[in-house]
Amino acid sequence: MTYAILYALCGTVLVGVGFFGVVICRHVLRKVIALNIMGAGTFLVLIALARRTPGTLPDPVPHAMVLTGIVVAVSATALALALLRRFHRETGRTELDRVVE
Amino acid sequence: MSFEATILGLIVLPLAAGVAVFLARQTAWPLTLAIAVLQLVSAFQLAGIVSTDGPLRYEVGGWGAPLGIDLYADGLSALMLLMTAIVGSAVSVYATAYFGSHESGEKHGHDQHLFWPLNLFLWAALNALFLSGDVFNLYVTLELLTLAAVALIGLAGTVEALAAALRYLLIAVAASLFYLLGVAMLYSVYGTVDWNLLGSQLRSDLPSLCAIALITVGLLLKTALFPLHFWLPAAHANAPAPASALLSALVLKASFFMLFRLWFSVFPGADLRLAGHLLAALGAAAIVWGSLQAIRQRHLKLMVAYSTVSQIGYLFLVFSLAAEPTVAWDAWSATAFFALSHACAKAAVFMAAGSLQYATGSGDIDALAGTAQQQPVTVFAFAAAGVVLMGLPPSGAFLAKWLLLESALLSGQWLLASVVIVGGVLAAVYIFRVVARSLVAPEGRATRHVPLLMQFVPLLLALVSVALGAIGPQAMSLLEVGTPFPPLTTGGVP
Amino acid sequence: MNESRFRQLLVVGFAALVVAIVGGLATAIVALPTEATGLAPNVEQQLGQSGAKNPVTAVLLNFRGYDTMLELTVMLLAVLGARALTRGGIGDDPYTGLRMSPVLDGFVRVIAPVMIVVAGYLLWVGGHAPGGAFQAGAVLAALGVLLHLTGVAWSRHLSESTERWLLIAGVAVFLAIGVGSMSAERRFLEYPSAWAKWLILSVETVATISIAAILLALYRSGTLRYTFQTKQDVKGTGR
Repeated sequence: MTYAILYALCGTVLVGVGFFGVVICRHVLRKVIALNIMGAGTFLVLIALARRTPGTLPDPVPHAMVLTGIVVAVSATALALALLRRFHRETGRTELDRVVE
Repeated sequence: MSFEATILGLIVLPLAAGVAVFLARQTAWPLTLAIAVLQLVSAFQLAGIVSTDGPLRYEVGGWGAPLGIDLYADGLSALMLLMTAIVGSAVSVYATAYFGSHESGEKHGHDQHLFWPLNLFLWAALNALFLSGDVFNLYVTLELLTLAAVALIGLAGTVEALAAALRYLLIAVAASLFYLLGVAMLYSVYGTVDWNLLGSQLRSDLPSLCAIALITVGLLLKTALFPLHFWLPAAHANAPAPASALLSALVLKASFFMLFRLWFSVFPGADLRLAGHLLAALGAAAIVWGSLQAIRQRHLKLMVAYSTVSQIGYLFLVFSLAAEPTVAWDAWSATAFFALSHACAKAAVFMAAGSLQYATGSGDIDALAGTAQQQPVTVFAFAAAGVVLMGLPPSGAFLAKWLLLESALLSGQWLLASVVIVGGVLAAVYIFRVVARSLVAPEGRATRHVPLLMQFVPLLLALVSVALGAIGPQAMSLLEVGTPFPPLTTGGVP
Repeated sequence: MNESRFRQLLVVGFAALVVAIVGGLATAIVALPTEATGLAPNVEQQLGQSGAKNPVTAVLLNFRGYDTMLELTVMLLAVLGARALTRGGIGDDPYTGLRMSPVLDGFVRVIAPVMIVVAGYLLWVGGHAPGGAFQAGAVLAALGVLLHLTGVAWSRHLSESTERWLLIAGVAVFLAIGVGSMSAERRFLEYPSAWAKWLILSVETVATISIAAILLALYRSGTLRYTFQTKQDVKGTGR
């Protein structure tokens, strides 16, 4: 097993941890952090798998994809935090109600 | 107009207009209306070019796949772009009256002027998504769409809207990350993200199947298929009426389009029959569950939102029906046409609901007593669009459901066929509930005067959705361009 | 079975599900070939005409520049979304004039010019080594946050209209170049090879400022006070 595959596996574990956190954690801030962990895991998988090129330089296209992905994740996190701050301001709560049908 | 010119009109100019409207508020109405006209012209032109010239490709940046990003247009994209142009224009016109009246009416503490740049960016994102030929580019446009949608929900200013927007954002980002992980795996196996190239190379090995599963789950979350639909009712019900129309009609169709396109044009190399049957089963469950929940609701917009949950189910039946080659074309084209019909009808229903809510000052269905007398135009619009949701002739939904029913019966899927019929009956129940309540004698105070645009735009769109059945044959011939299931014969249409 | 036991069981069950999913993904990843070139050869082939020596910059700003343009729009939309929740623009800022600590003040005095130089360097070096607009923009935004925390009211000199121009500048430059190349009989965002280097540099420069402005606007929308009424409307969960 090469180093690249090892890092990619690490990335998958992070995705699992993050996804678990998004669903299970009740506090919205923890959900946001879990989302970021999930994102970090996905980006790690992309970058690790880009390292499988035979030469010295890795494949640059996944690196560009990760840069784009990080920017998108940051924007979404910022919006989520702004929404959370306003929600907390209005209601004093930090947990969303469970959806009951 | 060439393909290049339509791309300019569909993607570049709405983006530029969004930027301009953000800079200068007073240009909002004229620019939006100009862009709306431009969208209609460009979308019709594109449909024309695609019909004559076949599927089109455009290399952005001049590089071409797999290094660069390609834009791709075939019959399906053209139909989706037409849907976006028609519904988007109607909602934009409606919104001029909606936000105009609400500003003087209630006291909202937020910047409703932001609807206009958001609307334009949403439009650009939808068009960019429908034209994209690259799965990573689809990720970026999907995120653009999500953020625009979340912002539009948040415009309502209420605490419930805020909570709904927050929940939607969290789920949408998680779903996008699943999708991205799937794209990452596809790239690591095949070395390209262009979906045409992927489609020609895709095999059924473990990494590809994992990628397909990840992409599918991500898109199912975004399209709110039962049981992953829990975020939708609150989000669509609490948004301002024009935003609800855009969300139910267009935003859901975007993620569905991605799944539809990827599943049939990129993934057929893999053997996905079992998964297809599962998706269709979930779709059938969605139809029944969504309708039952809609019947139970006391709040008008919540009822409409659950109706969306139900109607989305019809779109998923094709994943099982298309496995049978003799009916694949019928099921595939019927689904695309159903998406168009539902978009127009649902947008009309949400706009009419918004007008009724404005008129009665309350969101409850019970408060609609007497509105048939006092707001005849709006109630008629609601009823007409309701006819389409039920799937009665001559609407396009009738044609689509007929084809789906026929496909189900011919391939021996009795359960799916019965669900299609039951769905129509249940839809009739919740539509009639509202119409019946409006016919009751008025109780309490008289309704407010609703601005003319807020009355007549839903009516116009509802009539368009009813008349869609008439252009069924043209739509089908458009869809033939670039379809993965070429029609075997020309039979099947009554 | 009472509520909390049920929930514990659900959590354990869900954890098992997640472990299974991760296991499946891990198996898939291990099944991948250990060597794969991906698109690296394609990039290397065209790198000469792309106008940048750093392959990542070439991909980000030339080969896949359309994605970058859309991504800048995503950032802009995040600002619009955050603005949709406040009364918009520069408002009642609780940090203005607040003196936090002399250590922080002294540190910021020293570090601020350094950060500007570092940002400029990151922008320039992106052409031939790791770096570029996003990194430089992030450093500038960090500088803005530091200044904000020390109570420097730098935003007071910035009119709302100027701020809007800064926010849209990145997207606007991309659109302008794209439309320009379309009118010059080329594809959207196709750079002529002779000009590619300067086009990329100019886009990156404007984008740096735009990114910094966007990140700061997002940061500020988290610090504003919200002081207005909301209307109780739909109880969206049917309870």
